[in-house]
Amino acid sequence: MIQAAIAAGAGLIVFYLVVKALDLDLGYGFLSGPAGFNFSNQWLTNYDSNDSRLGAYGVGILNTVRLVAIGIVMTTVLGVLAGIARLSDNWLVSRVAMVYVETIRNTPLLIQIVIWYTVVLLQLPRIAEAINVFDVFYLSNRALALPYVSTGGNFGPWLIIVVVGAVAAIVLRSWLRRREERAGGTQHATAWALALFAVVSVVTFFLTGTPLEPDTPSLEISEVGLLSIIGGLQVSPEFAAVLLGLVIYTGAFIAEIVRSGIQALPRGQDEAAAALGLSGYQRMTLIILPQALRVIIPPLTNQYLNLTKNSSLAVAIAYPEIIWVGKTMINNIGHAVPLFVLIFATYLSLSLAISVVMNTFNRRVQLAGR
Amino acid sequence: MTDNDSIDARVPIIICEDVTVSFGDFQALKGISARVYEQEVVVIFGPSGSGKSTFIRTINRLEEHDGGRIVVDGIELNDDVGNLEQIRSEIGMVFQQFNLFPHLSVMRNITLAPQKVRGVPKQEAEEQAMELLERVGIPEQAQKFPTQLSGGQQQRVAIARALAMKPKIMLFDEPTSALDPEMIKEVLDVMGELAHSGMTMMIVTHEMGFAREVADRFLFFDEGLVVEEGTPEQIFTNPKEDRTKLFLSQIL
Ligand SMILES: Nc1ncnc2c1ncn2[C@@H]1O[C@H](COP(=O)(O)OP(=O)(O)O)[C@@H](O)[C@H]1O
Ligand SMILES: [Mg+2]
Repeated sequence: MIQAAIAAGAGLIVFYLVVKALDLDLGYGFLSGPAGFNFSNQWLTNYDSNDSRLGAYGVGILNTVRLVAIGIVMTTVLGVLAGIARLSDNWLVSRVAMVYVETIRNTPLLIQIVIWYTVVLLQLPRIAEAINVFDVFYLSNRALALPYVSTGGNFGPWLIIVVVGAVAAIVLRSWLRRREERAGGTQHATAWALALFAVVSVVTFFLTGTPLEPDTPSLEISEVGLLSIIGGLQVSPEFAAVLLGLVIYTGAFIAEIVRSGIQALPRGQDEAAAALGLSGYQRMTLIILPQALRVIIPPLTNQYLNLTKNSSLAVAIAYPEIIWVGKTMINNIGHAVPLFVLIFATYLSLSLAISVVMNTFNRRVQLAGR
Repeated sequence: MTDNDSIDARVPIIICEDVTVSFGDFQALKGISARVYEQEVVVIFGPSGSGKSTFIRTINRLEEHDGGRIVVDGIELNDDVGNLEQIRSEIGMVFQQFNLFPHLSVMRNITLAPQKVRGVPKQEAEEQAMELLERVGIPEQAQKFPTQLSGGQQQRVAIARALAMKPKIMLFDEPTSALDPEMIKEVLDVMGELAHSGMTMMIVTHEMGFAREVADRFLFFDEGLVVEEGTPEQIFTNPKEDRTKLFLSQIL
């Protein structure tokens, strides 16, 4: 309820600002004109400098969103592992995790991003001397080329079949689970579901004529003798630096949240579970994490929001996310007020979307048990 | 160990030989030797900090001993013990603080381990849980959550939870010390019934009246050592050691 009210209030403010901007004849008409600049980083788009500024801003949104989306997934994995590692009985493991957390969260993110960019990624060799790892990874200061896949003609139909296969596998798994609960023993529910999914996707993969082809990068020499890396997934050093910075920085905070969430539980919980014969994995997944999650999720949501907002630091190394796009347009043609309103609204929408998802998750966790 | 000579025809289910446990520089157990025979009820008592909890916790390896030998049901507990979970599932443990899982219903608290560790079917596990809840006298609480129960009820659920694994041995670490006085009896009654049913039990308790009724043997702990060992008769009417006499005079 409070959430809805805040969202509505924020929406009203944005609306008011937009109207204000229009009143002052600071409207958004300029967005339909050609941008006159292009992107070194594009994803899912094929933007050309003659396309509209609105399109350019759209590319900026995609660049922000992919940074945030990939960043949240990676930082969660890193943070949870590091948080559990800090509590490890193994001295080396817990020490390494502690050093990571303490150094990273006590230094500014901006500096970390700049270091990743200038000290690490830009120090990679030129393309001509790109570091070649097993002929599938090429690391250079222009791009990190990773193996990827390219899609063939039947990709669409095959993807539909794969989705149907995944749904069937999930149904099979829950059916076996129920049978397991009724009949006891183990029905290997997950194994059978994975097997079904694997068979369906592999068989139809060949029936539809291999809709996905591996796309490994390679080093090519053009007619004029220029070296370039073609194919594969080419990650720019800017994207890699910002992603590394955000993931590693936010992961340190998440590690602390996870650690304190687990430590907040009485020791007796783990001991009682151990005394019943539950394995370490079962204790973690059935007893510790479900209880710790109740404490972890609210501050975790904050960290996701921080990551989202911190993604704006990417502008420091000219990764073309929305701030960079806005800044470039302002340099070219002005219109600062409407552009900042637009940027403000974009961050607000992203943050609200994340909050809504996390709060739904939070309610489910809090409701399970008392 | 002279007291055991008369009954050594029976099979010991727990054998401890010169067991030591240290926390850093501090040695909490300084060489404990003891045996527990099948269907025996052994009561451990002694001053606070004498190592009673530490000892009982080494039996299911919640604490690791750094010297001596512990053999439980024919399996020696050491770093090589591959199936620690298997051994633990044969030993039920009841804690002073109950340690029920607050995010799970009473029913789920009891059925979780049988289903996950033993692979018991859900329906069978729930039927068995209901039988156990009846045995401890609170079948009507099955669908509640632990925090909705009184301390005495929680401890009885904890006993039912441990029994659901059909353990060969039950360990109790001061099971009534966290309870309000009016709830102590309901828990002791359940434990007494369990003792009469032939369960092998090790109990740390200061409830000497109860202990005298159910115990086959007493171990008196002081400063990490077994100072005296004997039948209830010997301990109460004719304690040999001064420290035992002193302690008994303080608590009785
Ligand atoms: N985890 C631990 N770390 C350090 N010292 C401990 C730990 N557990 C117990 N001790 C110490 O070992 C001694 C015996 O403790 P405990 O077995 O709990 O005694 P009791 O149960 O007889 O009161 C005490 O001095 C206690 O402070
Ligand atoms: Mg104790």
